[in-house]
Amino acid sequence: MSPLTPSDGQVVIEGRGLVKRFDGQTALRGVSFEARRGELLAVIGPNGAGKTTLLSILAGIRRPDEGTVSRRPGEIGWIPQQAALYRRLTVAENLRLFAHLEHVADVEATVEEMLDQTGLRGRRDDQVGTLSGGNQQRINIAIGLLARPAVLLLDEPSAGLDPRQRERLWEFVSSLAGGGTTVIFSTHNIQEAERYGQRLLVLADGERLFDGSTRELHRAVETEAAAGAPAASADDFESAFVAFLHQRGH
Amino acid sequence: MRWLLIKDLQILRRSPLITALLVAYPVAIAILIGFALSRGPAKPRVAFFNQVPAGEEFSFGGETEFGQVDAREELCARIECVDVDSEDEARQKVEDGDALAALIIPPDLIDKLRSLTTLNPEQPSVEVLVNDEDPLKAELVDDRIDSLVTEANLLVSQRVSEQASSYLDLLVRGGSFGLLGQSIEILGLEQAAKILRAVERELPPPQREAVERVARFASLARRNLDLAVPLLGAVRQPIRVDREAVSGERPSLDAFAIGVAATVTLMFVTVLLVAGSLALEREENAFARLTRGLVGHTALLAEKVALGVVCSLAVTLLMLAGIQLFVDLDWARFPLWIPAIVVAGAGFAAFGAAIGGAAREVRASSLLAFMVSLPIAFLSLVPSGSVSPTVFDVLDLVTAIFPFSPALDAISGALDEAGPSIWLPLLHLAAITLAYGALARLALRRFA
Repeated sequence: MSPLTPSDGQVVIEGRGLVKRFDGQTALRGVSFEARRGELLAVIGPNGAGKTTLLSILAGIRRPDEGTVSRRPGEIGWIPQQAALYRRLTVAENLRLFAHLEHVADVEATVEEMLDQTGLRGRRDDQVGTLSGGNQQRINIAIGLLARPAVLLLDEPSAGLDPRQRERLWEFVSSLAGGGTTVIFSTHNIQEAERYGQRLLVLADGERLFDGSTRELHRAVETEAAAGAPAASADDFESAFVAFLHQRGH
Repeated sequence: MRWLLIKDLQILRRSPLITALLVAYPVAIAILIGFALSRGPAKPRVAFFNQVPAGEEFSFGGETEFGQVDAREELCARIECVDVDSEDEARQKVEDGDALAALIIPPDLIDKLRSLTTLNPEQPSVEVLVNDEDPLKAELVDDRIDSLVTEANLLVSQRVSEQASSYLDLLVRGGSFGLLGQSIEILGLEQAAKILRAVERELPPPQREAVERVARFASLARRNLDLAVPLLGAVRQPIRVDREAVSGERPSLDAFAIGVAATVTLMFVTVLLVAGSLALEREENAFARLTRGLVGHTALLAEKVALGVVCSLAVTLLMLAGIQLFVDLDWARFPLWIPAIVVAGAGFAAFGAAIGGAAREVRASSLLAFMVSLPIAFLSLVPSGSVSPTVFDVLDLVTAIFPFSPALDAISGALDEAGPSIWLPLLHLAAITLAYGALARLALRRFA
């Protein structure tokens, strides 16, 4: 059996013409995309681009004003940017609570597994409020994984983590994708998107500007530069990304 | 829902300061409110029906003391007099709560007052109609009427005492005394002494007449002293008050005070707990995670209401058990306590959920809960008749929108047989619970 590649996989989540307005301001302007099984999709863009709005619509937290999302209910794991945990409950109590709410078959076994995955077994009885931001984020992600979702949505997952914690986080996330979980994450960190995202979805002012690989984005910038548009100032991906935004008027 | 409830109880267990505050603060407020309520408004509204013929004046010994106009002015300086034209109208005003009480002056009051200085005194009386449904109101009326009657009695007894001393003077010094249109000569003890001395000097034979006069005086003196007995009795309490309860059986003030304390405790514990707990879901960023398929908005609200009911039941029963150490409670009515506390707790919990949904933050929700609950509790305790009917109608309408007033009725009724019926307040509370539950549900939409 050949290893699974995203292009081979079935589409597990799809958004079509998504529009969202807040108090007269349009946060998303007809965004469409799809993601396949085992794919790592990075949603990037400047502040206010609509990244969190898109992810919250995919998670089912917000309803789009227009457009549709096709996904199987209950198959989405949602990991918000800020840890959604009860600080006065212990690590194990938080995991157990959400395992019950997710109707996990073997709650205790799942809790033990998550304690191992997060490396927090030694702190299982500590109240979450006493943990560092990085450890809280690990619990936050573990809760999103309790029901073993087909699609995992992570909103700025590495925000507030130190480099070592970030490294461990992405190892963990990549292993999930390798196991067939589709991971869609938003980030401000362009290097992270380049390094871990197999595909990029670039948003700016609620519009989808680009959907493709990092190589395709580089190529697009070079093509535009040859036609007289601003070129990247250096040969790195961040410069290419900034040049791309300039070329598109952002 | 069970796991959410366990989670909230675990959080509560790990917040001893909040738990202590939730219990201690309401009790302190309950005591303060209890004290505050023992003070009535300055001038209670009293329906006043005077049947004494116009122009008739009250006097003792032929000397005019004051007329009806003066008496009315004196009375109405102490209470707000609402003049009515019949006893039925007075009764209606009290029943409707337009007046705290009615004071009915009978037509023969002045005749009977005058009789106090005669040898055939009749005790005058006034009639007071009260509505005993509200023990605070009844206590307030009793205090006011007692004070007024005591003052009037003091004035009358002073005049009666002066008259009595003139009779004693007659007995000592002698003189003439009018009875049934005839003038009777009273010898007096002094004169009797002189006669006896004369008899002693000129004693033997023909002094039989003088001796006979002495004997007659002795007899008259005895009769006069007999007549002084009812006179002295009248001095003790010249005017009697006939008190009639227009409606309701008067519950004990103790039971009512306990009801107020229990309801205030219930209110603060439940409203603060539920509002804070719901707002906490937002503060912990857990609301979005919970409601994106794990728990519905309605289920989350139901869990919060259940949490409020469980905690309020525990705290209120604990408080009543503590009160039992000092005051005897009617434990035979325990089966009524439970539905009263549970339904009242549900009403307060739904109200707290609406606040928690609107405020979104724990601090803001606590502040809002205090700002709304405390004034409503005070307004709910204003007795009818202590403010103008229009103001009272407005207060009645405003307080009916909130759970405190029906909760107080339900708990007072459950605690004391003489209290109000609990069933109508329970229905009222059920309606309030549904209404605030719907408001909370709407407010939660803003959470996402």
